[in-house]
Amino acid sequence: MTTADITSADATHAPVPAAALPAGPSGGGPGARLAAAWRTVRRSRRLSAGLALIALFLLTAAVGPLLATDPQGFGTDLSQPPSGAHWLGTTQTGQDVFDQLMVSTRTSLLIGFAAALAATAISVVIGIGGGFLGGWSDEALSLLSNVFLVIPGLPLVIVISSYTKGGSLLATIGVIAFTSWAASARVLRAQTLSLRTRDYVLAARLYGERRWRIVLVEILPNEAAIIVSQFIFAVIFAILTQAGLAFLGLQNPSDLTWGNMLYFAQNADALSGGAWWWFVPPGLCIAVFGAAMSLVSFGLDEVLDPRLRVYRPARRGRAGRQRTAPRRTAPQQQAARRQEADR
Amino acid sequence: MRYILRKLGFYLIAAWMAVTLNFALPRLIPGDPVQLIMARQSQLGPVPPGEKEALEKMLGLGHGSILSQYGDYLASIARLRFGLSVTYFPTPVADILRSSVLWTVVLVGTATVISVLIGLTLGTLAGWRRGTWLDSLVPATTFLAAVPYFWVALLLIYLFTQVWPVFPDQFSYDPGLDIGWSGEFASSALRHAILPALTIVVSSVGGWMLGMRNMMVSTLSEDYVSAAEAKGLRPRTVMLGYAARNAVLPSVAGFAISLGFVISGSLVMEMVFSYQGIGYQLLQAVTNSDYPLMQAIFLAITFTVLSANFLVDVLYGFVDPRTRLAR
Repeated sequence: MTTADITSADATHAPVPAAALPAGPSGGGPGARLAAAWRTVRRSRRLSAGLALIALFLLTAAVGPLLATDPQGFGTDLSQPPSGAHWLGTTQTGQDVFDQLMVSTRTSLLIGFAAALAATAISVVIGIGGGFLGGWSDEALSLLSNVFLVIPGLPLVIVISSYTKGGSLLATIGVIAFTSWAASARVLRAQTLSLRTRDYVLAARLYGERRWRIVLVEILPNEAAIIVSQFIFAVIFAILTQAGLAFLGLQNPSDLTWGNMLYFAQNADALSGGAWWWFVPPGLCIAVFGAAMSLVSFGLDEVLDPRLRVYRPARRGRAGRQRTAPRRTAPQQQAARRQEADR
Repeated sequence: MRYILRKLGFYLIAAWMAVTLNFALPRLIPGDPVQLIMARQSQLGPVPPGEKEALEKMLGLGHGSILSQYGDYLASIARLRFGLSVTYFPTPVADILRSSVLWTVVLVGTATVISVLIGLTLGTLAGWRRGTWLDSLVPATTFLAAVPYFWVALLLIYLFTQVWPVFPDQFSYDPGLDIGWSGEFASSALRHAILPALTIVVSSVGGWMLGMRNMMVSTLSEDYVSAAEAKGLRPRTVMLGYAARNAVLPSVAGFAISLGFVISGSLVMEMVFSYQGIGYQLLQAVTNSDYPLMQAIFLAITFTVLSANFLVDVLYGFVDPRTRLAR
């Protein structure tokens, strides 16, 4: 995952401008824009599969806890394999695994998205700020992010969490964000360095625009695609880190998360007792959710950067549509970006 | 040479920042950790004189101004005086480190090299034959990359020790054997290393493959690749000598970030296998609130990762001369 996001955003391809999103027919209202977005999604199988899976998870997170009967409540069916009454079996103390899974989904996703949001915010401020200001502040900020990049994150998180002991969800989110912003800050800095000397940014400067306005209006929108992709990987990373912490028993055990379920399963010897229905589902949820997020990211790359697209041998019935699908080459993208900037 | 010195300077600063961060951390604990540790130690046995002072210096919580605390702390770190462990009282922390670091370095090192080789090879082929069955494996690797290491470890243990018992499920060697260079010990250590190594390879190979595949795809559209093809070179030569050789560079550069990730993953993995490496000791330290051991392990991991990165950077300077010229 790490190599993938570094290489895909760092050096591989030219920056993908947000302006390259195929906008609908010019002057279209919100309806037309929605239709255009839908066409974009349909264009990439990876994107649509990923989005569908994520929608399923979000739905579970929103509705699941309402449907679940008390996930911590003990029952009389102990360590039962999956059945009609208990879709995913029961734990050693008779708790329903499926109910636990639904409740955990909400907490895990909450931590993942919140920590990723915070990490992305830090990386935007430090990466774009440093790249745009240049000079000493850039040197200092870039040194800071490089150092945070090479200091291994998880040991640091483990040490901090064991000092703060258990702690609230907010503390977890903060610690994860604090240790995971560096890689994207570096990518954003590199991108900002290349954008700040572009003609349209220089023009805005000569025009006397204020700095923050140049950053918000000229630079930030053109890095939106990168920021989104960094955010996606930050979510996966946060969920993985939280699961690791919980598995080590460094999280409040009364907050049910995927990692906490694995912790309880491990401590109750679910492994040697053969209770696979207890420890397989939470891990599978983490993996499937992570894969869905990556699929969305790669799907977006594919849609936005034609060079990455795989042209499958045209099949019957698809050939016509493929030929008429609007394909933009890299120079065209750049032209589109310039137009957008000139506006 | 200037390149190497600059890199060295950077890693020295990084090491200094890690050490300073480590100095700041014990201040987060509510209460007095030194008293806490002393109380626990005195329950376990007679505490040698001077231990309290050593602890205070090591955790940077001694007397005097914050500057003199910092000075004492740096001095005790430099002399590797980490005090006595609470978990293994009264063994010095430094001894525990010495006996466990090697297990992790050998295991994680070997497994990472295997994973990199497999990943780069598959990535090269997938990028070269875009759109074939091999390339359709790529989405599957995103699944592997998002799997937590410790969960893979749990699955492997379940499959290979419960369902189909062929491998031992814990420890880094048969505890009945003496550590030494005997054949029996070596084969036992090897057998115990297979599942942990497999865990690392399975969870990390996807990232290498994906990065390499994407770089191959964009390298293949370069003019020099077309030129090589136009010259009528054998496809094998074009693939390996022209495309793969250039496409591999970001993977080498990305090694730094991946290494931290692999180490982090294998820490938790070691805990699942009770593999007596540094991760397992970290778990012991965390569950026993063994702050001296924890601090020392954090520093040891950080310094190992920093040195590995420095070596890779130096190597990279030789592989890609352009980096040496860069600012």
